[in-house]
Amino acid sequence: METTVIRPRKTFSLKDIKELWQYRELLYFFTWRDLKVRYKQTFIGVAWAIFQPFITMVVFSIFFGGLAKIPSDGVPYPIFVYVGLLFWQFFSSALSDTSMTLISNQSIITKVYFPRLILPVSSVITKLVDFFIATLILISLMFYYGYMPHLSGLLILPLLLLITFMASIGLGLFLASINVKYRDVRYALPFFIQILLFLTPVIYPASIAGKYSFILALNPMMGVIQSARAALLGTAPINWLLINISLWGTLVLMIFGTYVFKKTERYFADII
Amino acid sequence: MDKPIIEIKNIGKKYNITHQRGGYVALRDVLMNVFKSPFSFLKTKAKQVSGFEKKEEFWALKNVNFTVQKGEVIGIIGGNGAGKSTLLKILSQITPPTEGEIVLRGKVGSLLEVGTGFHPELTGRENIFLNGAILGMKKKEIAKKFDEIVEFAGIGKFLDTPVKYYSSGMYVRLAFSVAAHMEPDILMVDEVLAVGDAEFQKKCLGKMEDITKKEGRTILFVSHNMEAVKQLCPKCMHISEGRIKNIGDTKEVVAKYLGKNQTGQTKYFDSKRKKNEVEILKMTIRDDEGNINSKLDMSKPFFIEIEYQLKVELQSFVVLKIFKSSDPSTFILFSLSNDNNQKSLKEPGLYKAVAKLDPLLNSGSYSVLAGIATNATNYLDRVIEHNIISIYNSGKFAFPVVETTRENSLTIIPLKWSIERIK
Repeated sequence: METTVIRPRKTFSLKDIKELWQYRELLYFFTWRDLKVRYKQTFIGVAWAIFQPFITMVVFSIFFGGLAKIPSDGVPYPIFVYVGLLFWQFFSSALSDTSMTLISNQSIITKVYFPRLILPVSSVITKLVDFFIATLILISLMFYYGYMPHLSGLLILPLLLLITFMASIGLGLFLASINVKYRDVRYALPFFIQILLFLTPVIYPASIAGKYSFILALNPMMGVIQSARAALLGTAPINWLLINISLWGTLVLMIFGTYVFKKTERYFADII
Repeated sequence: MDKPIIEIKNIGKKYNITHQRGGYVALRDVLMNVFKSPFSFLKTKAKQVSGFEKKEEFWALKNVNFTVQKGEVIGIIGGNGAGKSTLLKILSQITPPTEGEIVLRGKVGSLLEVGTGFHPELTGRENIFLNGAILGMKKKEIAKKFDEIVEFAGIGKFLDTPVKYYSSGMYVRLAFSVAAHMEPDILMVDEVLAVGDAEFQKKCLGKMEDITKKEGRTILFVSHNMEAVKQLCPKCMHISEGRIKNIGDTKEVVAKYLGKNQTGQTKYFDSKRKKNEVEILKMTIRDDEGNINSKLDMSKPFFIEIEYQLKVELQSFVVLKIFKSSDPSTFILFSLSNDNNQKSLKEPGLYKAVAKLDPLLNSGSYSVLAGIATNATNYLDRVIEHNIISIYNSGKFAFPVVETTRENSLTIIPLKWSIERIK
């Protein structure tokens, strides 16, 4: 028989991970709900997941690639910017969803117990599904421009996804915890994400910053996007140092986010 | 004997009451305070850090100790804000206790609300799975019980319609039905039977009885509905001001609780309700001798007095409804004051309305809704007092043949009969 002991304070323990595993079906159901509900009562449905990044790519290609003539490391600009956008949108939409997830599920949090971590994790997974749908465009673009990724390049993609996942959930957990008490996050975040888009080499290559490009390396998404281009389009050899910085940086970020989240978690229902 | 299934040791829950204006703090407000008066800000921060700050503390629960054996069904009663729901929230791990320890030996299911997590855009079928998962059921378990759930809810052909198109009755039925099919070892239920129509409430009560009796589950049941508590729970606990006041046999605890509640005190209503036009101040029950008393002899008339303050010139009337707490949707009595056309009653001032009720209610406890309205739907103010009237049978009620009154009749009215032989 399972025994539960409830005590005033509980710090992070291995039991939490076990519990998370016990509740894996709920994780599935939350993800399923978010996917199911998102495109309900829309006319074109799931096509929105493709439509948005596609139109963004077209507009960026016309203005930044065509008119502003932003360099693209010798690759056609549409495909260059699309690789960036693909990862960027996964990161930014996962981040903003994660930080809002506690607020939007307020009514459930105050009425039922389950490991709260499930909510942010499920919102990132939902965005991951969008990522895969949007990849279809990338595949057609690669066919159109005749790019064949190297096998080693494909193998590195899961690692890049992992980094993006950890970056968005690490920062997202931290923001979600703050958001429970200070709703400022809701207003600050969209602005912050917009600024960050320009600090990340999405629409321009990192090489544009010349010898200062190492500063950009502090941004884990720079490592991800840079490496994705290197792997898929062969713009440059894969920079393992960069990947390592991003990987360890985001790992620390994720541990930090989880720590803050777990520390404040128990009081969510009281102050939300 | 086995170890108790629930052990609650010295549980306390403290809330700090902060003088917050809005629902939440914005960082901006904090920053504004810093810039406006940096000195006093530092002072309060320093006080906070050094622990000298005078905090307003509120103990929602304090020194709560009790154990529950496997298979026991315990009712939890008490006034509003007594700490019943806080206790359930702690037991179901939604909020942590400030002190003490609880040991739960078994799978816990809590039902603090019906339809938690229902999504309006999803269909009935989808919501059954989602809600079931939120309540802690496994997917297999839900699939196995699916037909039962649908049948109990009686939503049949609407199964694949988004629940946003459901009537509120259907919605509640479906929600309760999912919850009723949970199978935890320990079930905690908070005032969920108060929803739905009378017929469905009865069905829910029946289902609850099935669960408790047949399946030998341990249940904690919070309710304001004394009838339901009496029906379901052999044992009962009365919580008052965060402490256990009384625990034991349900009949005794309920009788004591009602007795305490009904020594005939005048009910005063919170003046913070901020009504602009009219405000009900108090409600008093008097017996036929004019004493303040809410334990009433069923053979005698009694009076309900309502005092209200009219703040603007207004033509209004008093509405009075009497009902059983267990069935708020059916009124036993409905009455309107009808001499409201007099000019003198429209002017601002303090008023007292008195209604005389002839002996007609059967023994039992009754709730009163009093309101001031300008028309049938527009209440300017209204108050509900549960179980404010308790009618007992003194034996004086003259039924020559039948000695005891039938429990299930709401009213006992001495009708004038005439019987004659016609053939």
